[in-house]
Formats: sequence, structure tokens, C-alpha cells
Amino acid sequence: MADTYTGPIPKPTPETLPFWEAAKRHTLLIQRCDDCATHYFYPRPLCPACLSRRVRWVEASGRGRLHTFVINHRPPRNFPVAAPFVIGIVELEEGARMMSHIVDVEPDPAAIRCEMPLEVVFEDITEEITLPKFRPRKEP
Amino acid sequence: MTNDSRRLRGSAAIAGVGESDQLGRLPDKSALQLHMEATHNALADAGLRKSDVDAVFTSGRNTANDLPEYLGIRPRFVGGTQVGGCSFLLHVEHAMAAIAAGLCEVALITHGESGYSRIAMPAPRWGSDSTNNQFELCYGTSGPPTGYAFAATRHMHEYGTTSEQLAEVAVATRKWAALNPKAYARDPITIDDVLGSRLIAWPFHLLDCCLVTDAGGAAIVTSAERARDLPKKPVYVLGSGECATHQMVSQMPAYDRWDAAQVAGERAFRMSGVKHADIDVAQFYDAFTIVPILALEALGFCGRGEGGPFVSNQRTAPGGDFPMNTNGGGLSYTHTGMYGIFTIIEAVRQMRGECAARQVAGAKTAICHGTGGIWSAAATLILSTER
Repeated sequence: MADTYTGPIPKPTPETLPFWEAAKRHTLLIQRCDDCATHYFYPRPLCPACLSRRVRWVEASGRGRLHTFVINHRPPRNFPVAAPFVIGIVELEEGARMMSHIVDVEPDPAAIRCEMPLEVVFEDITEEITLPKFRPRKEP
Repeated sequence: MTNDSRRLRGSAAIAGVGESDQLGRLPDKSALQLHMEATHNALADAGLRKSDVDAVFTSGRNTANDLPEYLGIRPRFVGGTQVGGCSFLLHVEHAMAAIAAGLCEVALITHGESGYSRIAMPAPRWGSDSTNNQFELCYGTSGPPTGYAFAATRHMHEYGTTSEQLAEVAVATRKWAALNPKAYARDPITIDDVLGSRLIAWPFHLLDCCLVTDAGGAAIVTSAERARDLPKKPVYVLGSGECATHQMVSQMPAYDRWDAAQVAGERAFRMSGVKHADIDVAQFYDAFTIVPILALEALGFCGRGEGGPFVSNQRTAPGGDFPMNTNGGGLSYTHTGMYGIFTIIEAVRQMRGECAARQVAGAKTAICHGTGGIWSAAATLILSTER
């Protein structure tokens, strides 16, 4: 696995390491501000809404909606997913947004719509790194 | 007058503009040569000599250290703001402020990029521990085409904007390019041609995307007083505004509107006192067909969600009532990677009446607007021959 993955592999930094360690356990961690209650992503040790440093890691429900998307027909060379594929901006139930792959859907604009309900799945790309991805879910 | 930019209104003027000797595919020229040619041509246009330049602004792969060395200039004011392709519009505002403060008098703003041939253009590379690689590149994004498309998709969802409306922009812009001998792509295209071109990142087809070319561009900014003594008609900077909101597109505050552009536009209009109806010609950075549509909304030329209908029926084409991107834009004239300087060059030429077949008759006031990064930053300039 680690030897064969040909796509870009994230390398954690100190402030993102807890996210990647949790992803490896197939858990989606985001952060929440103790002062203004904002949930946010990507990981950083201050709240981008109010600049508080009183922030904590919380487990996200893993449910969300597709805020917007593109269907990439011209991926980077050697990217291991066959084109075309769907890249989405996912709005989590908690309010934070993240980019991800939308899997288990046809890469066809007729088959995908903004606001469709999603749930997280995890794909282990190397021994160390697991990518959260999202697939359609039935309401609620 | 704290936090009131109106005292800068009209204090500076653009005295000279120039492109590189050629634009297009230039495998025999490095990025720095393209800078040099544009600088040489802009100084000649301004009727100034190299020794008159006391401020240098640049952005992109070449820094404000590279240019003084290559050109043999020793600026006493140095500007290297880099927020992507609109950086040169920000440089105009920064030069105007520096001139008004007495820090410099003649500012060179220069761009050169071997965007296609990649001569002396090391490939940019995000480190594996960058936030971009950790949270976006790992999902197979392909730079600006995928990044800009997120806003197009959401705008379609919210407002019913169509692929045909996006294509209207490409078709109209190509008609302007046909009138510009320097434009790279001049053959007419139809809406069906755009929709039939291959998909790059849905909803973008190939012809929704800007060119990739080699070129340079430069502008000379000086005080309004000094500009009046120079050979060409001064083009005054009546208004300017800028804003930045994010770096990664996944952090864009909203996808169905362009917050950075709204702030930049409001500031520029407020400083200038110009009304929308007074704008004769618009130069809007068109990296992709959706970009001018969101600019029209953010800058207040139409309501939110009305950008698609606004550009319909070739309204922005030659003969339409909203002349936009009269050089042929990034879509058909040139796009090196950082197009912003070319909005300024074309606006100045339109204001001076130098545009021959593509001249907008009687144009006195222009708006330039640019995007930087992935909708990340925006800047607006309002320029006029009248102060």
C-alpha cells in the first residue's frame, strides 16, 4: 500500500497530527471553540471566527451535505483515481466545511446535486495516512 | 480623515503602459526578458527614462529583488505584494499611497511570465506538509480549473445560471479578440463550440478556460502633477480597493458570491465618487467564464444571481451596451498565469483612444477588476482621463 500509492500524500504538522491520527482510526475529528462555539476545519490551534486559543478537538458526526462540487476530467499525472471523479466541498452537520472525494456516485452532473446528504467513509492510502471521503446517505 | 481613502482620489495617474514585444508562445525568451521588454516599452510610452524610476513593484515568480538587478534600477520604494494574478492592481493602489506620502514619485509595476514555454519558470510545488497538500491536493485537484469551478457549480444551483450563459462570455470575448491584432486566439467561436469543447473540470469546458501564454506587461504610475507634463494623456486613478479572504478554495467564505470583490469594489467606487452608469468600459480578469459574472454581481453592476442573464445576448461583445474585456481578455488575448496587469494596459489604451478597431467610442472612464489565487483576493481600479 505505502509503496504503491501514486497520489499526493499528506504529511501532518504538529497542529494537524491529531486529525490524521484519528483518521487512521477511522474517526473524523474537527475543532470547536470554547468561547464562541464555532466548529471549524482545517485544524489550527486558534478559532478563525474569534481568534480564541481555547479550542478543543471533537468527533464529528460524519454526516453532512454536498455544498458544491466539480467533476475533474483532467487530474494530475499519476493520480490514482480514474477520471472523471467528483471533488466536493462538504458542509458537515456541525457547520465546518472540508474538501473531499464524493464516492459511490456517477461522475455525471445529472446524478449529483448540491445539498445532497453525505456520510463519511475512510480510505487507507498508506500505512500512516487515511483520507476521509464521503458517499451519499439516505436521510435523515 | 482616518480610514478615508477619498483624499487619494486622482492623486496619481498612469503615465505609461506596455507589453512585451510579442505575446503568445515565445520559447526564445525568459520570464525576466518579458519583464524587461514590457518595462522598456512602458517607459517609452510614458516618455520617461530608467533613471526617473524610483519605485519598483512586481509579483509572482520574480521578486522585487530580481527586477532591480536585471534592469539596473535602485528603487527607494519596493513593493512585492503577491496575492495572485490581481497583484498588479493592488500595486497601483500601493504606488498611489506611496507617491502621496512622498516616498517615491515614479513607480514601475512590472510583470513577466513564461507561462507556456516555462523558460526560467521553476514549477511551483506545495510541500507535502503544506495545508494545500494535506487538505486539497490529496483529493486530486487540478489547480485553478477545479478551484474556480466550485463557485460556478454553486452559482448554478442557487440561481439557475447555465452553461450557455457562461459560454456567452467566451463568445463575446473572442469577438473582441478578433479586433485585436495582438490577441492569441482570434477565430470566431459559437456557444455550441464552447459547449462542445472537451470537459476540463465540469462545469468548465476547454473554452470556458483562459489561455496559457508567455508575455510581459508593465505600467508607470506617477503623481497627477508630473503626469500632466508627460507626452501621453494622463489616466487618473480615481478609485481603488482591495481585499483578501482565503488561500485554499475550501476556505472560501461563500461560493455563490465573491466577498473579496464586493469589498474591493465598494472601496473603489466610494473613493472615486463615480457611478456605475458613468463606466464606459470594463476590464475584468476572466480566468474562467464564471469570473466576470461573479464580478458583475460583486461590483454592483447587477443584483446577486443576475450575472448570467446580464451577459446573455452578447451584451459584453462589440456593439453590446456593456463593453467588457475589449482586448480579448485572458480567454482569447493573453493569459500568462497572472493577467491583472493587462486589465490596466487595455483600460489605459481605451481611455487614450488608442484602440483602433476595438475602440469604445468616447470612452472616458474605465473599471479594472482582478482575481488572485482561487477567488482568494480581489482588487478594483477606477480610471479616467477626467479628474
